[in-house]
Amino acid sequence: MGILFMETDELIPHLFRTEYRKIVSVLCRRFGFDQMEIAEDIASDTFMTATQAWGVKGVPQNPTAWLYNVAKNKAKNHLQRGSVFESKVAPEIKKTSSEFQGAEIDLSPQNINDSQLQMMFAICQPIISAEAQIGLSLRILCGFGIEEIADAFLTNKETINKRLFRAKEKLREEKIKIELPNETEIDERLTPVLITIYLLFNEGYYSVSQNNTVRKDLCLEAMRLCTMLIENKNTNKPQVNALLALMYFHASRFDARLDKNGELVLYEDQDPNLWNADLISKGGYFLNCAASGNKLSKYHLEAGIAYWNTQKADTKEKWESILQFYNRLLQIAYSPIAALNRTYALSKANTKQEAIAEAEKLNLTCNHFYFMLLGELYTGIDNEKAISNFKTAFSLAKTQADKRAIQKKIDKL
Amino acid sequence: MEAPSPEQLQGYMKQYHDWVGGIAAQNKFSGGTGLSTEGKVLKPNNVITDGPYAEIKETIAGFIVIKAKDFDEAVSLAKDCPMLLGEGNIVEVRKITGVHNND
Repeated sequence: MGILFMETDELIPHLFRTEYRKIVSVLCRRFGFDQMEIAEDIASDTFMTATQAWGVKGVPQNPTAWLYNVAKNKAKNHLQRGSVFESKVAPEIKKTSSEFQGAEIDLSPQNINDSQLQMMFAICQPIISAEAQIGLSLRILCGFGIEEIADAFLTNKETINKRLFRAKEKLREEKIKIELPNETEIDERLTPVLITIYLLFNEGYYSVSQNNTVRKDLCLEAMRLCTMLIENKNTNKPQVNALLALMYFHASRFDARLDKNGELVLYEDQDPNLWNADLISKGGYFLNCAASGNKLSKYHLEAGIAYWNTQKADTKEKWESILQFYNRLLQIAYSPIAALNRTYALSKANTKQEAIAEAEKLNLTCNHFYFMLLGELYTGIDNEKAISNFKTAFSLAKTQADKRAIQKKIDKL
Repeated sequence: MEAPSPEQLQGYMKQYHDWVGGIAAQNKFSGGTGLSTEGKVLKPNNVITDGPYAEIKETIAGFIVIKAKDFDEAVSLAKDCPMLLGEGNIVEVRKITGVHNND
């Protein structure tokens, strides 16, 4: 009995992670956003029923099929209750009780896949905030618990619940349909979907959350969602492949970025032997797939930069390539971090002097990375200036990890 | 004039890209592109000729639209344009005016 409980204990969270999102997507698509909460309730209930039943009777032969059956029955009951209610309140709608026959819930692999893709497009809408898009994606598309989402965002369950509730209201108000966009608008509609996937990945990759397992899961989920887009021929576009390549390249350094104590290891101090060669080659594969069409997205450029970052050797070619990618990236998507990184690449590809002159034009004096860059550039040219810039960076740095990294630089000089 | 070698051309392109990248890094780039030397010239009465260089010496190599707070800043950004390293080349700075924008 004890062993059985332990098995169930491990099996159910696992199945929750892989199956909850599928059931929710299929039910949401069937019910519409109006009854999104009911879809979520039915899916949660299904797992509750499983926990109780499997604890007593043991785990069924095919747990997934068992879950789907229970979910189907619960959904059917719900639809039937709904139609009985409707026929009593509004007898004239009685003829539409074809819903009764249409109560069959389709949990075939094809429909699960279609439903998840459609939900992706339905949730990733600029009308709700980026945070809410990520939160809803984590809940509906990735099957994360509210507590895990709160942990990823370093906030509490209540805040996340409120955020998700408001986002769902908004989707209802705007009458967002759960469907795949048609071919002519796919590129446009993919834009917010890719932004959300990228944010989801970054949330995992750069998050201040200490929970490393959750962080890694966020990255893997982002990659899984992106892979789903690639597996569908309508959404298998160059920019989607570029984004997946970018994420593979970054993910290859996931383990090398943290030391035994969970402290961040800077790129230059990382051991390339810890970089995952398999993930790097997958990134290369998808970057190749991205090289078609005539549009150069920011993901192409970032993937190009990320590729070169997987090459540790300090060659002229590496830095010249990175510099030119940044030159173009900044033209289509400016960000302070890209501007700083571009200036660093300039110092490597051209000269430190030229980079210092360019850095001084950047006007990013609130940013501690700006002073770290200047400190780096002045090192070896004017060490006193280097130290004073590192000290300014130290005073502006917000996290202890950043302060420690800067202090190390000062100590070296 | 001798045509530049591929290596020279590549060097010019790099200088140009680095210059544009520098403007973009200051978040002051807003658009623009190089222009091919191929073109057509249209004149009144439906006259179309290959060109545009048959009759005039000057050609436009490209244009860039930047965001500058005033004319002086625009001029100082333009001063670094590597085109100016070439004898006889000029860079012209103009303010963009439009029906929607009178200032």
